[in-house]
Amino acid sequence: MFLIHEAKWLAPRVRQLIVEAPRVASHHQPGHFVIVRCHYDGERIPLTIADSDPKAGTITLVIQIVGATTERLCALEAGEHVLDIAGPLGKPTEIEKFGHVVLVGGGVGTAVIYPQAGALKSVGNKVTAVIGGRSKAYVILEDELKAVCDAVYPCTDDGSYGYGGFVTGKLEELVNDGSNPVDAVLTAGPVPMMKAVAKVTREKSILTIASLNPIMVDGTGMCGGCRVTVDGKQRFACVHGPEFDAHKVDFDELTDRLTAYRDQEEATWARLRKDPAHKCKFEAAERELKESTG
Amino acid sequence: MKPAERMKIPRQTMPEQEAEVRARNFSEVNLGMALEVARREADRCLRCKDAKCVPGCPVDVDIAGFIAAIADGDLPKAADIMYEANVLPGITGRVCPQETQCEEVCVRAKKGSAVAIGYLERFVADWARENREQIFTPPPPTGKAVAIVGSGPAGLTCAGELAKKGHEVTIFEALHKPGGVLVYGIPEFRLPKEIVKSEVDALRQMGVKIECNVIIGLTYTVTELLEKEGFDAVFIANGAGLPIFQGIPGEHLKGVYSANEYLTRVNLMGAFKGEGSDTPVIKSTQVVVVGGGNTAMDAVRTARRLGADPATLVYRRSRAEMPARIEEIKHAEEEGVVLDILVNPVEILGDGDGWVRGVVCQRMELGEPDDSGRRRPVPIPGSEFEIPCQIFVEAIGTRANPLLTQSTPELKLNKWGNIEVDEHGMTSIPGVFAGGDIVRGGATVILAMGDGKVAASGIHDYLSKGG
Ligand SMILES: Cc1cc2nc3c(=O)[nH]c(=O)nc-3n(C[C@H](O)[C@H](O)[C@H](O)COP(=O)(O)OP(=O)(O)OC[C@H]3O[C@@H](n4cnc5c(N)ncnc54)[C@H](O)[C@@H]3O)c2cc1C
Ligand SMILES: Cc1cc2nc3c(=O)[nH]c(=O)nc-3n(C[C@H](O)[C@H](O)[C@H](O)COP(=O)(O)OP(=O)(O)OC[C@H]3O[C@@H](n4cnc5c(N)ncnc54)[C@H](O)[C@@H]3O)c2cc1C
Ligand code: SF4
Ligand code: FES
Repeated sequence: MFLIHEAKWLAPRVRQLIVEAPRVASHHQPGHFVIVRCHYDGERIPLTIADSDPKAGTITLVIQIVGATTERLCALEAGEHVLDIAGPLGKPTEIEKFGHVVLVGGGVGTAVIYPQAGALKSVGNKVTAVIGGRSKAYVILEDELKAVCDAVYPCTDDGSYGYGGFVTGKLEELVNDGSNPVDAVLTAGPVPMMKAVAKVTREKSILTIASLNPIMVDGTGMCGGCRVTVDGKQRFACVHGPEFDAHKVDFDELTDRLTAYRDQEEATWARLRKDPAHKCKFEAAERELKESTG
Repeated sequence: MKPAERMKIPRQTMPEQEAEVRARNFSEVNLGMALEVARREADRCLRCKDAKCVPGCPVDVDIAGFIAAIADGDLPKAADIMYEANVLPGITGRVCPQETQCEEVCVRAKKGSAVAIGYLERFVADWARENREQIFTPPPPTGKAVAIVGSGPAGLTCAGELAKKGHEVTIFEALHKPGGVLVYGIPEFRLPKEIVKSEVDALRQMGVKIECNVIIGLTYTVTELLEKEGFDAVFIANGAGLPIFQGIPGEHLKGVYSANEYLTRVNLMGAFKGEGSDTPVIKSTQVVVVGGGNTAMDAVRTARRLGADPATLVYRRSRAEMPARIEEIKHAEEEGVVLDILVNPVEILGDGDGWVRGVVCQRMELGEPDDSGRRRPVPIPGSEFEIPCQIFVEAIGTRANPLLTQSTPELKLNKWGNIEVDEHGMTSIPGVFAGGDIVRGGATVILAMGDGKVAASGIHDYLSKGG
């Protein structure tokens, strides 16, 4: 059981949990994720470690509600516990001195690029972050990123804040800006976004690393469910990744594999929403969001 | 009783759930023997002086001894003898391939059938579980601490043996539940999870600590365990690991599973409970499984229980070469599993929407013997045919998991990535031992347990010498 120290909404349907997990915290490197389970009979789901504090023994998770398990996690409050947290898992990001690195994060993908930004900066890179959200309320971790990046460009689909348009639009501007050439791009977020990022950088032959999010079970290499095709070869994202050369990833296959359980996931989510105890708990958590945003 | 009288008693049978009934549920197939039946079976044992069965047992159970105690009705004694050598008898009594071990060499097998050693082992374990409060009494502590990586049969056995000697033992397990393959792989209908739990609890009662959600190589390295976390020795038993896929076209399709994933979803994650579990598994009426081992049998029988009709097993060699336990093959057939022998899948077909719609197979014939001494299956040209299915499960083996070994580069590996050990189970790093599937590649529960025992005695000697 892992004690939650702090729980707060970062955006509508996106919640941050700071959880006590000292062993994970002391071994965390950017790029790592954990496998989380939040009730008996619950699913195991992968979540990126968005931050860690080895002294306090805590890790930070940023969770977007897309189904039953993420909704259960987002109903939790400080003082409660997460049943299982296993990690850190996956290969850490290869932190090198590239020169100018652009990090592109979409939605909760921003939680993946945040620890990368700090690490890349600390080895002497110039770091630019491009982060996207549907509208202003959905842009997350902007202040945190500003503290470690040379420049941060928030983007909103509806133009309500920062650059009006998709992150790829802003990225295109950056890679075409001859005065400040881009040496590497790291990206995390929805699959279509990562695919579009890869398209922008492929033409310019800029090294691009994408953090993939296939469906996982164990996260330790045992099941092969997380397999993705990279450069025509089968790779297990939890052991060989989750970061891969974006120019070689078969994104269409990944998109399709993510739909494998859609009907059953929806049924599970519908059952959860009918559960009165959960409903009451979740609504209480949601009220905090309304209160915090007025 | 005179030997001639013993010889007259026929081998007793194991009561089973009816095939038609059990093919639709996940309860255990074998129901266990009644006391009188077990005693009668025990009377068949000739109590050989130089018992051939004992060397046939990888953990040296005093077979003649415990069987004699059953025959005498002294079950506490039978249990003492059993637990002295084997800390997981409820498990081994259910999953060991006795027909190639103790029962193969039993003298009674020469004329008729062997003593049902496996069934009697199970009988004693079940009795002990129900009738004994404390199965072991721990000795005074030695002050030495040992870390064990992985809670499969190798890790559990090593833990039990070390605890018997008074060492402080902590098992680190990557998953959220202890047991390794015993909980994520082998299904409920063959090995009820309650049995695993109670044998694990018995170890806990002896003082063995089990910490789940810890991945050695990531949460801690082996070096950290020794240098920072205060352990005097480490036993690595992290199992086999990564499933092998055949590498045929179509493996990215939805509906293609490794047996590990299929079984983990259904067993460990509880997908067999339907709405009771959050973890889904694709539902399908036609399922094809490829492979000939216990894993393949478990996958296909699981599919059958989830409603597959037909549930087909394809295997590229002949029936005689199937590595699965004979009882599993028999049970599978009784339950209506279709065995299609000398058949090899060559391509998985998609329906255009990313789902599996069938598998193209090729018929095989047996040619010259290969390296393993078995006749090599060779494809018959032009024999391709299609089996419709919506789930295709590959159960063709696993390869070594690199998570731990890559974080410990000093650890000497063989060319397949398996850890090399000496006759005491010690690796190239002093104080670090290994055993089970990570050393052998995919093997058996009892061989993993044998390794756990060897390593425990190796570790004990190492610690006694001040290591
Ligand atoms: C390495 C990695 C890191 C991740 N980090 C984060 C993170 O920091 N924050 C975050 O909010 N999400 C993260 N995800 C995605 C997260 O795991 C899924 O959103 C979650 O599993 C969905 O579970 P659910 O029960 O709520 O939804 P479900 O109802 O199970 O699924 C809803 C939809 O989400 C997708 N999905 C389902 N299971 C997974 C899965 N295991 N992985 C990815 N997508 C899935 C599918 O498209 C599915 O249709 C990460 C995924 C991976 C692989
Ligand atoms: C479906 C199936 C059916 C089988 N049926 C039979 C049968 O009937 N009879 C038989 O004799 N054999 C059978 N086998 C084979 C047998 O189960 C294995 O040979 C045996 O379990 C190996 O034991 P082990 O202790 O080496 O490893 P495992 O049982 O694989 O256990 C290893 C454990 O270590 C954990 N782990 C892995 N990496 C780490 C890490 N880095 N840190 C911490 N923990 C880690 C794993 O999560 C796992 O729990 C079957 C195997 C399968 C898959
Ligand atoms: S070999 Fe067979 S008959 Fe002889 S002691 Fe062993 S079990 Fe009994
Ligand atoms: S999640 Fe099971 S192998 Fe990656």
